[in-house]
Amino acid sequence: MSLDLPKYKTSDEVDFVVVGSGAAGGIIAKELSTNGFRVVVLEQGPYLTESDFSHDEMKVLGEDLLTNKPKLQPTSFRKTPNEKAKPQRALVYGRCVGGTSVHFTANFWRFHEIDFIERSKVGAIPGADLRDWPITYADLEPYYTKVEWEIGVSGLAGASPFDPPRSKPYPMPPLPVKGSGVIFERAARKLGWHPFPAPMAILSQPRPGRSACINCGFCLAFGCEVGAKSSSLVAAIRVAEKTSRCEIRPNSYVHRIELDNRGRVMGAAYFDEKRNVHVQKAKAVVVCANGAETPRLLLLSANKQFPNGLANSSGVVGKYLMLNSGGVATGVFEHPLNDYKGFAVSRLVHDFYELDHEKVGFYGGGGMDARFDQTPIGFAMGGLPPGSPRWGKGFKDTLANNFTRTMELFGHGTSLPVESNSFSLDPDLKDAWGLPALCLTYKDHPDDIKLSNWLSQRAMELLDAAGAKQKWAPTIGEQQFAVHLLGTCRMGTDPKTSVINPDHQTHDVKNLFLCDGSSLVTSGRGQPTMTIEALAFRAADRITALAKRGDLA
Amino acid sequence: MSIDLSRRDFLLRAGSGISAVWLSTHWPAVLDAATHARQAAKSTAAPRFTFFTPEEAAEIEAITSRIIPSDDTPGAREAGVVFFIDKALGTFAADSQKAYREGLPEVQTRIREMFPNLKKFSAASSAQQDEVLSSLDESSGNTPQRNFRRGASANSFFETVRFHTIVAFLIDPESGGNRNGVGWKLIGREPDHMFQPPFGYYDKDYAGWQPNPADSEKTKA
Repeated sequence: MSLDLPKYKTSDEVDFVVVGSGAAGGIIAKELSTNGFRVVVLEQGPYLTESDFSHDEMKVLGEDLLTNKPKLQPTSFRKTPNEKAKPQRALVYGRCVGGTSVHFTANFWRFHEIDFIERSKVGAIPGADLRDWPITYADLEPYYTKVEWEIGVSGLAGASPFDPPRSKPYPMPPLPVKGSGVIFERAARKLGWHPFPAPMAILSQPRPGRSACINCGFCLAFGCEVGAKSSSLVAAIRVAEKTSRCEIRPNSYVHRIELDNRGRVMGAAYFDEKRNVHVQKAKAVVVCANGAETPRLLLLSANKQFPNGLANSSGVVGKYLMLNSGGVATGVFEHPLNDYKGFAVSRLVHDFYELDHEKVGFYGGGGMDARFDQTPIGFAMGGLPPGSPRWGKGFKDTLANNFTRTMELFGHGTSLPVESNSFSLDPDLKDAWGLPALCLTYKDHPDDIKLSNWLSQRAMELLDAAGAKQKWAPTIGEQQFAVHLLGTCRMGTDPKTSVINPDHQTHDVKNLFLCDGSSLVTSGRGQPTMTIEALAFRAADRITALAKRGDLA
Repeated sequence: MSIDLSRRDFLLRAGSGISAVWLSTHWPAVLDAATHARQAAKSTAAPRFTFFTPEEAAEIEAITSRIIPSDDTPGAREAGVVFFIDKALGTFAADSQKAYREGLPEVQTRIREMFPNLKKFSAASSAQQDEVLSSLDESSGNTPQRNFRRGASANSFFETVRFHTIVAFLIDPESGGNRNGVGWKLIGREPDHMFQPPFGYYDKDYAGWQPNPADSEKTKA
């Protein structure tokens, strides 16, 4: 590549520092630099590209090639705030340029109208603080369309009768159907459900510099070697770099947002690879570090003016964490599906998106997809039926029979915003840089557990209708491991109960913006990335307007 | 199909799926990576141990051969599992060195306890070996953990060896384990780097997407 990539000095006051280069950060960097601003993206992880990715399960999963490093970044867990948290691996997120979008499944469902106005519709729910969004589906619709066209989403418009209105069809047809998709589609129709081709952020047709999906089979948890998965890395960061106004600075771990004596953000302090500290000056900072690291950074940036954490006058930074609920069932079939080939998901249903809570007896809703997302080692360790032999001839024979004949049903559902569910700073545990580690506090709302069980029963029902030879569903337990990191700096119009306004500007500090999973007010139905990216496109529009008006000075 | 060439095959056959721009941008890097992987795979085939003594290696191989036995299809032995473990203990699995250093002598102690006339594990019959391993497998009967990253706590030596055997048997052959792809062949995982639909039995006669039957109103559960 012969791009003219800028190298800004840390003392050079750029227009924006963007913290994090993932689903939101990549798009914000692309939009702001395209709009003429000078941008530095500080990413804690390395800058890996297609030639660094591999199918080596030990390197990618065992050594956490693409994700947070438990040894350097320990975490702790507890169920409730009264307990002392125990050190435990508590979350996974992407830690490389492109963030979690590099390794995600790429299910790209839009939120529906209901997700934004659910409080008005279902009323207050005991034990939760469910709220309406200050924006609606209609506000976000143009940006969903932008994600589909600019980042690259394949799908079939109008295939689901439950879909919200859209202004444009998908830019490319759905990916091919998999065996799991055919089995699912046939059985779901038997049950009167409405299966449809999955909208996926994976290319079904090539785009400049990017291949269409080659169905290699190492998708979820792996980086795409041909650029078919629509990560921020291939779909946003490269566009940002082409403007020659955006510098991506990898291996830069931001640990403090610095304020000037007027109480305005003046830059971001970070460790470089050798653990030297620098401060990159900027006129404004946009934090897109994910729903765990964004609140952590605000809490780490506490100062005299904000003793409880930067932009935390409300006290809700880190709170109302939602992880999404879900129920899974696995089935083994007579003939080989070979579902290891290809991406994870080709068919799903949204029939349960909006359950009648009076009928089912709990709040919530979800979707369900058919998939196989396991790689050979992972399958051998955890994919066999309960009670299967763990070694010896019986183990070998089961493995040989089942790998090609197994599929899973994955129900994805809502989580309620509960105040005590949170990411906070552990009082004792420190990371390798000597900073307080993340503490996860989480106990699912009883309705979330009921929904998970309900989804798991529907999954078993489907496997029954599909004629699975063998089927099982793990018992639903309380979650203590976080993948979807949502709601921890939520958006709202009331500065007492929310952290950012509808422009993603913090209520407390005019030139500090937050945009990522932390911005979400409700959890959606288990596929948040599409909405995080639509929010990022919208936030960039809002921030650009404010900056051009001179409102950030 | 040759495992060594799977990555190159994938690139050569990729003409239809991959844009010319992608190929011209990435060809040198990918070719370089493929060459490196092939050399790495070749070098591990040479039976030289860096962590185990030859005697230890024989014992470890005997254990792994009961975890994934050889019968009418290849097992851990044919996949060269012990060589991969030996290499792993110097790299990504270095944390497990202690488990092996302390665990192997305990296995030998156990076999002498259970079968006083035997001195080492490799000298026992398959049935005797299985008895010893059963006595070490404390967690048998447990429900499998879905995610092996969290599931493989590898507290005991047996769990560690079991995990490493599975890794060495089923890892991408380009990583130096799963010799000649025998592990993938056993489970039916074709070695190719790209696939075209139909993928299996159930999608081969799929007629294409048909709209869902029209509903007068959206159904609610």
